[in-house]
Amino acid sequence: MDAIILQILNGLDKGSAYALIALGLTLIFGTLGVVNFAHGALFMIGAFCAVTLSKILSISFETIDPTQQDFLGNPLVVKTPYVHAWFGPEFGASLIDWAVPLSILFSIPIMIGIGFIMERGLIKHFYKREHADQILVTFGLAIVLQELVKYFFGANPIPTGAPDALTGAFDFGVFLGFDANTVIYPYWRLVYFFFSALVIGGVFAFLQFTTFGMVVRAGMADRETVGLLGINIDRRFTIMFGIAAAVAGLAGVMYAPINSPNYHMGMDFLVLSFVVVVVGGMGSLPGAVAAGFLLGVLESFASMNEVKSLLPGIDQIIIYLVAIIILLTRPRGLMGRKGVMEE
Amino acid sequence: MLGMNKKDTALMIVVAILALGAPILLNPFPTESAMAQFNAGYPDLMQRFAIFGIFAIGFNILFGLTGYLSFGHAAFLGVGSYSVVWMYKLLDYNVIWGLPLAIATAGIFALLIGFISLRRSGIYFSILTLAFAQMSFNLAYSVLTPITNGETGLQVYTEDPQVLLGANEANAPHLFGLVMNQSSKLSMGGWEFTFNNGYYFCAVILMLMFYLAIRIFRSPFGMMLRAIKSNNTRMAYTGLNPRPYALAAFVISGMYAGLAGGLMAAMDPLAGAERMQWTASGEVVLMTILGGTGTLIGPVLGAGFIKYFENIFSKINDNILHGWFSFLPDGLEDFVVFIIHPFIGKGWHLTLGILFMLVVIFLPGGLVEGGQRIKKLITSKKDDDSNTAKTEPAE
Repeated sequence: MDAIILQILNGLDKGSAYALIALGLTLIFGTLGVVNFAHGALFMIGAFCAVTLSKILSISFETIDPTQQDFLGNPLVVKTPYVHAWFGPEFGASLIDWAVPLSILFSIPIMIGIGFIMERGLIKHFYKREHADQILVTFGLAIVLQELVKYFFGANPIPTGAPDALTGAFDFGVFLGFDANTVIYPYWRLVYFFFSALVIGGVFAFLQFTTFGMVVRAGMADRETVGLLGINIDRRFTIMFGIAAAVAGLAGVMYAPINSPNYHMGMDFLVLSFVVVVVGGMGSLPGAVAAGFLLGVLESFASMNEVKSLLPGIDQIIIYLVAIIILLTRPRGLMGRKGVMEE
Repeated sequence: MLGMNKKDTALMIVVAILALGAPILLNPFPTESAMAQFNAGYPDLMQRFAIFGIFAIGFNILFGLTGYLSFGHAAFLGVGSYSVVWMYKLLDYNVIWGLPLAIATAGIFALLIGFISLRRSGIYFSILTLAFAQMSFNLAYSVLTPITNGETGLQVYTEDPQVLLGANEANAPHLFGLVMNQSSKLSMGGWEFTFNNGYYFCAVILMLMFYLAIRIFRSPFGMMLRAIKSNNTRMAYTGLNPRPYALAAFVISGMYAGLAGGLMAAMDPLAGAERMQWTASGEVVLMTILGGTGTLIGPVLGAGFIKYFENIFSKINDNILHGWFSFLPDGLEDFVVFIIHPFIGKGWHLTLGILFMLVVIFLPGGLVEGGQRIKKLITSKKDDDSNTAKTEPAE
């Protein structure tokens, strides 16, 4: 029982990332009808926003401390980050420590901006073209973004830590009445899960309870009619693209402490997120979220030793296997809407 | 000739001349000159031209004719490579055993994957093929290690059975004694040309495969495939079941990929799982699009173009750039080098990505369409607007 709970918990954080990326993909697909292969790159850029902010915060100036000497006998060069000098060492240190959560604020405008530029500058011109063309041009864009990040940040993963207060793990088992040390779970993963739940809830609430969201939903259902009613639906869809980009970016920001960001993390997640979207059902937002968590949990169950000894290699292919079975038995996916991409 | 009309015969002859004359044509600069780094006439690169040419021709039979965009063709490439290396291990280094097996196993794989994937179309088909390819890649890395040798990659060891190995037989891939990595060199003045056995082997196969592709394009079967692309529903209404045709195209293109993978192993007796990764599938998509989808010569051009520039761009470094721009004033020179720097060397993929986007945006027909536009611009400036909008792919 405790092993099962542990696997469910382990699956939740990966599932949260899948769900967030898939949610953004579905938002773009549902509103604009575009298959965005560059969405993984947006996730990666989000993670690098966290890297950038923590680098910016730790920019330091050097002072020479004559009272101390380094091991060569020269006067010691002390590096002091500017934030220490400006806000006092204590507050400055905690600023650097909390760089990743702070990047949330930093990344939202950046990601929305990138989303706007992408949609207005490139994707706008591809609405009328075939899906294959959309896939290809966004695939090219993904390569370009990925290589740009590689150029500026190098090819190696950049470790970006969570705040000290959240780095430890806690004993979830005791909480539920199991023996100590059976279900150990890192704090940050729990934070990630709640954060993603918050973002997902926020997006749904935005779509459900605001006038703007209502218009967008109407536009998803019947774009033409909404346009005929005199509403500028294109502008709203552009904003939705920005929001979708921000969702992917946030998923990336918070993922940075779990997995050190590297330039190809976007591509790695993209393939899986597409599978998630297809399993959930093209164009269905709840489907994307549900499928994201479902596949995340399934994946972690498949990596249990008991399962692996029964079916060797299942942990490597479970997601794809599920996708294939779903596509063949329920072509619309778990919660797919009728008439979306059915030709 | 050989069942081809005049135009196709001419195209075939051009390809044959290019393929057979490549060691000379690709070496236009004398060895000692500063431009020698732009020469592409060395065996390793030429082999890659031919092999990826075959891969792209095969991919084009599926994507160009039927419009099904597969993101999983690298799986067949990997399967082909593994088959050939296994034949080296079990029988001997003669490639004649491995290549037919590579084609056959890739064909069987394609039949299985295609049978399932082709039940859906559009984006779903792309995702399904991607899923299958990633599955094969992951399995090859993990559970199938006894067959694929996992991360190390499959290679021939001295304790392998190699039952047919003769006493004096070469210890490298060969075709009845014709060793693949042997070449003869010809020096003429400042030029040096390398004629490599392996390259000519690939080139002959490339020509055969190109001929086969012409015949498929011109056959009633090819017409059916085009019908699938232009209007699947209407084809079904006329009483034809499109799926067997699409499946046949999928299997054929899978076999081409298997052959290409087999040839890779024939040039270099190694096979690794990374050949099956989806980025490798993406590469063949890039080649086909860049060259010109649905055209005969396009994929070959695209493959050559990408492989050539990959090679050249990755070789250029800052010193060479400084050499080129040394005529500029110092500050400006540094600035120009600074601007170009991200696009060269390891940044070649950035250049490729940008190029690819530009082609998809402005030139959906690829290099072939570009060539046609230029030709049209030169030959007839009078009748312009009426027929430039709709460009037929050249074949």
